[in-house]
Amino acid sequence: MNTFLNDWGLALITFLPLVGAAVMLAIPKGEEQLHKLVALVASSATLAVGVWLLAKFNYDRAGVMQFEIDRKWIELIHSRFTMGIDGIALPLVILTVVVVPLVVVYSWNHIPNPGNPKAFLMLILVLETGMIGSFTAHDLILFFVFFEVVLLPMYFMIGVWGGEERQYASIKFFLYTLFGSALMIVAFLALYWLSGATSFNMTELRGAARVPGALSHTAQVLIFGGMFVGFGIKVPMFPFHTWLPDAHTQAPTQGSVILAAVLLKLGTYGFVRIAIGIMPNYAAQKWAPVIAILATVGIIYGALGCLAQTDMKRLIAFSSVAHMGFVMLGIATLTDYGINAAVFGMVAHGLITGMLFFVAGSMKERYHTLEIKRLGGLLVSAPRLGWILGFCSMASLGLPGLAGFWGEFPAILAAYNPAEGLSKALFRTCMVIAALGTVLAAGYLLWLFQRTAFGTPTEEFEDDPHIHDVTTPEWIAWIPLLVGIVVFGFLPGLMFDVTNPAVKVIAAAAGTIGG
Amino acid sequence: MIGLLAAGEWLKPTLDWHALAPEIVLAAGICVVLLLDTVLLERAKPVVSAVTGLFFLAAVVPLLTLATGDDTARSLFGGAYVIDRSALLLKALFIVSAYVTVLLSTNYVAEGEYWESEYYTLLLSSTLGMTVMASSRDLITIFIALELLSIPAYMMAAWRKRDTRSNEAGLKYFLMGVFATAVLLYGMSLLYGYTGSTVLAAIGEKLSATSSSPAVTLGILFVIIGFGFKVSAVPFHTWAPDTYEGAPTPVTAFLAVSSKAAGFVALINVVFYCFVAQANAADVYVPVMFVLSAASMTVGNLIALRQTNIVRMLAYSGIAHAGFILAPFAVADNRLTDALPSIVVYLVIYAAMNLGAFAVVIAAARKTRSAEIDSMNGMLSWAPGLTVIMSIFLASLIGIPPIGGWYAKFGVWRSVLSAGTGWGYALGVLIAVNTAIGAAYYLKIARAMWFEEPNDGDTSPVDVPVSLRSALAITVVATLVFGVLPGLLTDAASVPLALGH
Repeated sequence: MNTFLNDWGLALITFLPLVGAAVMLAIPKGEEQLHKLVALVASSATLAVGVWLLAKFNYDRAGVMQFEIDRKWIELIHSRFTMGIDGIALPLVILTVVVVPLVVVYSWNHIPNPGNPKAFLMLILVLETGMIGSFTAHDLILFFVFFEVVLLPMYFMIGVWGGEERQYASIKFFLYTLFGSALMIVAFLALYWLSGATSFNMTELRGAARVPGALSHTAQVLIFGGMFVGFGIKVPMFPFHTWLPDAHTQAPTQGSVILAAVLLKLGTYGFVRIAIGIMPNYAAQKWAPVIAILATVGIIYGALGCLAQTDMKRLIAFSSVAHMGFVMLGIATLTDYGINAAVFGMVAHGLITGMLFFVAGSMKERYHTLEIKRLGGLLVSAPRLGWILGFCSMASLGLPGLAGFWGEFPAILAAYNPAEGLSKALFRTCMVIAALGTVLAAGYLLWLFQRTAFGTPTEEFEDDPHIHDVTTPEWIAWIPLLVGIVVFGFLPGLMFDVTNPAVKVIAAAAGTIGG
Repeated sequence: MIGLLAAGEWLKPTLDWHALAPEIVLAAGICVVLLLDTVLLERAKPVVSAVTGLFFLAAVVPLLTLATGDDTARSLFGGAYVIDRSALLLKALFIVSAYVTVLLSTNYVAEGEYWESEYYTLLLSSTLGMTVMASSRDLITIFIALELLSIPAYMMAAWRKRDTRSNEAGLKYFLMGVFATAVLLYGMSLLYGYTGSTVLAAIGEKLSATSSSPAVTLGILFVIIGFGFKVSAVPFHTWAPDTYEGAPTPVTAFLAVSSKAAGFVALINVVFYCFVAQANAADVYVPVMFVLSAASMTVGNLIALRQTNIVRMLAYSGIAHAGFILAPFAVADNRLTDALPSIVVYLVIYAAMNLGAFAVVIAAARKTRSAEIDSMNGMLSWAPGLTVIMSIFLASLIGIPPIGGWYAKFGVWRSVLSAGTGWGYALGVLIAVNTAIGAAYYLKIARAMWFEEPNDGDTSPVDVPVSLRSALAITVVATLVFGVLPGLLTDAASVPLALGH
């Protein structure tokens, strides 16, 4: 069995959801329950493979690629079907395979208008394949293919099942991301040709790009710039973030959850694995201050944006901009300390913001509005839902003891002492501003909680029978995330121990080791 | 053959019947269809399309036997006619595309009460011209192939003879085509006059042996402009949208795919087998190709954004794609081994996805009688299968992996960036920008199909006949397979280029 897992495990986990989607394609549209069942079985089977990988992962060698697959693919362009996961990819793969079944469970009685669970769930499964594939691919072209696979399903999900402004939001999301990834592939190809590498294997490209003199300084900076735009749009970094509030607000709950929990991480993962992991130090060092400044601007801008929102979902969307700012700040330090924090921050943000969107979706379903000033008294009308919202707000603002803390706090600390060659003055300034950002975060999240949950229900919703407490599918979908938030809050070492060896490899290549 | 005469000696050409078999089958097809019409008269109508289709399929057989045989190029008529692997692949492209065109036409032509036997005769003739083009390595042969493929197409564009738009389409196409041919012929005469040969390889040698002269520069320029009309590159594109819109839709598909590909094959022949390595030729064609490519993709895309008619939109998008295909020509001088396969691969994948898109348009128009984008509103509810298939083609046209089009575009990127020149990088970035612009209008169609409500709440299903279903199946399978396993195609397209020299 072990050889099977070693040889096929990653291909299995990547394509199982797609198999599920193919099965659903063959089932007539009317069999709605059957579709839900198939989607659940496919995503659960994927989760099972994920757990299996988790169990068989060699944690002593978390710094190297494991379960490697290397097969012939497109010979002419020297691109191979190469997959592998290390300590950075593993948590993100697990996050994905955990979130998707939960989303499917949540969909059990929450298929948004205009219905059609067949298409809806198929898109979710295709999305899952794209997301897992992006984390497992170890060949740049293969990575690009999976990175793009997620575009269309998300476009249709927002465009068909979204809110009032769905058409605008979906096309904006699509065009932004497509533009970014088109520049990204140009950067990949330029890297390949200029470095003289003989394949698109990431490890080999790293070696080839770092041969002294292989890439001129100008070329390095420009190639990194192409990747910066591609990944930066996906993250999204200020000033490329404008698609995010629209997409998040208009997307159906499931779409928002997947978008927040996993899709945004494709961008940060790309920064860690490809932009910093492959490109030589010079490019990373030139771009790190830019990333740090934009990340800090994003933190403050996102927080101020939150304070100005009147719609709960839009507020959570803006808070994503701020949180991803912390992740990017951690990455920009180019230290193992900062990148560890960033990877932790990705997973923590996935759990917490995913939860917040779930709660927002459930509230929208009950109240038919998310306008903050019309809400209120959630703790009275649906106390359990209210406390879950409170819990997630606390986690999101970075309360120690919950997962959010370990993403933000170390990232801020890391900025105190960035990698050698980076300006300490600049990063420490960023640190101070980012710390202010956490205060603002506490402000907007508590304010949100206060306005929606405290007090008594507004007259409009006082006796509304639709406002009931948490239902069974909701509990099933939410408990794993809530448990994750607590467990990683108390035992952050669980993840840091996995990520650290892999991060050390990246950080050693990018600059210096040590905080 | 003029080349042989110029050399002063006449040798009886030895004919390699096996190598010429595909062309012979097509020529036989022309005769049989004509005879059927004369002998059976009205009774020929139900069978001609099937017979035509069978001849196209029969023509594939010798292609396969040639491809599986020995790998050496077969050169006929003193190097004027060469059958090598890339020629075989291109012939297969033309013949299969024509077969799909037959499938698209069957119901359209029969139900529209148009002349049938004549239509298929012309289709066969035009395809014969294209297969000849794939092997032409001589100015005269190229010219004959071009006329053979163009003249039937002029008539087919005007096939809906009671419709003034169709007449306009045919006339416009004819006048612009003839004008382009004149320009082309003048360019060829200059090249011949300067080098004393019509065989491309010989011209190439002469060009490299002599210094540049205005006559050569003009000759090269005119030849490229002549074919520029055929491939509808900006600024020689003005005929395309009107012709595409007015012509019967299956003919439009044929023009947009096969005829355009034939123009590119002609360009491949003159650029890669003649101009490519000659410094004084490269000085002319590299900047010209750069300008044509950059202008075509940008102008084509920007105008496509404003279209409300799918066929016109596909016409402008075709102009933009022509820009993408022209890009590798602009770096052909120093990355020849990457440029040629990327163009051939693009042509094949473009044929699959574009024919497929037209097939969906034809199928949907059977219900809506319209090619406006909003006629496709709410198609998800009345034709879910067609909607999904069209979405696959649109994704492919945008270039989203893992569907065919991404690899075509990737190949172009790969070859322009491999050059490592400023021109190459500029084109690479321009293609990236244009990819995003292209997505904006392709998604308009997707939006109408997926997001809008059906017009007047009419959700009656559309009846898709068997022939259209087969066309859709062929194109969608090809589009998907080439995207996931492009290796199948690249193996066939990667030929050593020394053959022409």
